Amino acid sequence: MSAESRAAADDRARLLEQMLRIRRLEEKCAELYSAGKIRGFLHLYIGEEAVAVGVMDCLRTQDAVVATYREHGHALARGISAESILAEMYGKQQGVSRGRGGSMHLFDASTRFYGGNAIVGGGLPIAVGLALADSMQKRECVTACFFGEGAVAEGEFHESLNLAALWKLPVLFCCENNLYAMGTALARSHSQTDLCLKAASYAIPAWPVDGMDVLAVRDAARRALLAVRAGGGPAFLELRTYRFRAHSMFDPELYREKAEVELWKQRDPIAQLRAALVEEGRLGDADWEALEAAVAGELAGAVAFAEAAEFEPLEDLLRFVTSEPGAREGAPR
Amino acid sequence: MTQPHKTTYREAARAALREALARDPRVFLIGEDVGRYGGTFAVSKGLLDEFGPERIRDAPLSESAFVGAGIGAALGGMRPIVEIMTVNFSLLALDQILNNAATLLHMSGGQFQVPLVIRMATGAGRQLAAQHSHSLEGWYAHIPGLRILAPATLEDVRGMLASALLDPDPVLIFEHAGLYGMEGLLAADAGAVEIERAALRRRGRDASVICYGGMLPKALAAAAELAREGIEVDLLDLRSLRPLDTAALVETVSRTHRALVVDEGWRSGSLSAEVVARIQERAFYELDAPLARLCTAEVPIPYARQLEEAAIPQAEDIAKSVRRLVGKPDASPPTPFERAQRGAPDA
Repeated sequence: MSAESRAAADDRARLLEQMLRIRRLEEKCAELYSAGKIRGFLHLYIGEEAVAVGVMDCLRTQDAVVATYREHGHALARGISAESILAEMYGKQQGVSRGRGGSMHLFDASTRFYGGNAIVGGGLPIAVGLALADSMQKRECVTACFFGEGAVAEGEFHESLNLAALWKLPVLFCCENNLYAMGTALARSHSQTDLCLKAASYAIPAWPVDGMDVLAVRDAARRALLAVRAGGGPAFLELRTYRFRAHSMFDPELYREKAEVELWKQRDPIAQLRAALVEEGRLGDADWEALEAAVAGELAGAVAFAEAAEFEPLEDLLRFVTSEPGAREGAPR
Repeated sequence: MTQPHKTTYREAARAALREALARDPRVFLIGEDVGRYGGTFAVSKGLLDEFGPERIRDAPLSESAFVGAGIGAALGGMRPIVEIMTVNFSLLALDQILNNAATLLHMSGGQFQVPLVIRMATGAGRQLAAQHSHSLEGWYAHIPGLRILAPATLEDVRGMLASALLDPDPVLIFEHAGLYGMEGLLAADAGAVEIERAALRRRGRDASVICYGGMLPKALAAAAELAREGIEVDLLDLRSLRPLDTAALVETVSRTHRALVVDEGWRSGSLSAEVVARIQERAFYELDAPLARLCTAEVPIPYARQLEEAAIPQAEDIAKSVRRLVGKPDASPPTPFERAQRGAPDA
């Protein structure tokens, strides 16, 4: 085996690990939800892991990320700890948003992770503005903006793509097309179901990508980011993916056939990559078990952290509605 | 040179923008027609030539996107000033203003400040009918996380912007469209003004008139008329609609024991209702008479001049309401406002 192919294999093992961390975190969330430890809405990313992992792998520390309410995977892949994510869902003050956001509103300044946005389409204008700020301050950063195909029906999608293209801003628009806006199928809500055409109509280069293949996602993101970083303005990726679980914990899934779900599960991004590595003799049973054990250990630690973390005192309820004294003319972020 | 110079509300607003842009390279202006057109109300006229298209940014007709972009740019370290043509158009950006600008700091556990300033024109009086003339600042004053300002004088429109830009949180400035042409004298060294307190524009012992924005010149005219009749009005200009200066409300009512609240917004669920509630919560035993309100008729603002005028409280209506409040007989014929409100439910 050449040094190069060994490095590539290691690289794929890292992607596999990232996807597995998300999968197991989400499974743990479902379990904790059933146990009553997590409340509110909970939207799981199971099945879509390749999208967040593939794109995040191409981002730099100084880049910004805007995500949706189905963002545990993005947060984890961006480098936010499982501890602070789970503590947030527990509503604890050691949570990434001090327990004020919950599952749908993970925020982290240290990784430039701007939510956790639960108004569909509402994050896109923010991403445009972040890119505008970077561009005006001559910082070489990109803003990666994740949203579902449901957001494509919102006016804010069209306004934001137009503005980003008009002002040639460094935004990577990542459309996670999982075929259902909650329970409404793409074809039931869009007269034009080719989403890349819509982006292209704003003079934005757009590519459809197999969102179940983490390597394809990463290649596409790399290619798109090259153009964006070169100053070519925004790019658009339609990441074709599928959510294996219900929309949220309240969804009886009346709108799709079980057979359809099963069909997509055969394209499970984790199983596919694992099989490829096994096939090539680069991943043995022992390696896989070690990987699972490491992830399980990390999550057990995260659950223990969240359990032990504290609830914010009631006296703090009104904090952060407006900035606290001393924050006036605060340092620019 | 400290000689006061003659200027207008519009020019004072422009001087404030020019100073803000010159002082801080992070400040820039986005809005519809702020550049080549010079601003719908000509407030930003000439700024494009002075500061260039990078900082005076003409935006497409995408209120939600350019307000949201302002939020994002504020998060990214800039100090954007977003101009929205009128308060009616701001409804297209209400999602961004409420769900993001007002919410991000709290929802992120204090991590993300949004130092954004949004300016917009509000108010009636120019026959622009029911989609350009409303006074919805009271709605915005309902929202925690926002600071809401209503400059009613040359000093305030000149000075509130600088203070708003120092605020690490979102500030909405409502400029009354009917005031842009208002002339007056402004000190040559006019600059930042404080933005926390209401201001007493006239001192009197007989009754308090509490108002803001476009109603201030009308209240001043009414107060001058009443003074000729021997009624001295304590005239309070709220200036900041959120937070409200409750202490100033208590103070004026404690002096006069009677108060009229004048609000160009509709009465039901209005800012005037909030003012009245606070006075009765905090100064009930100071009152010698029921609190009175004068608000815009509950109708979408009509085009026809006589109807529009009758929908909005005018100086003579303020004077009449004060006379009633102090128990002074008033034999004058009904005003257009009074005539138009006849038969209104609970008028």
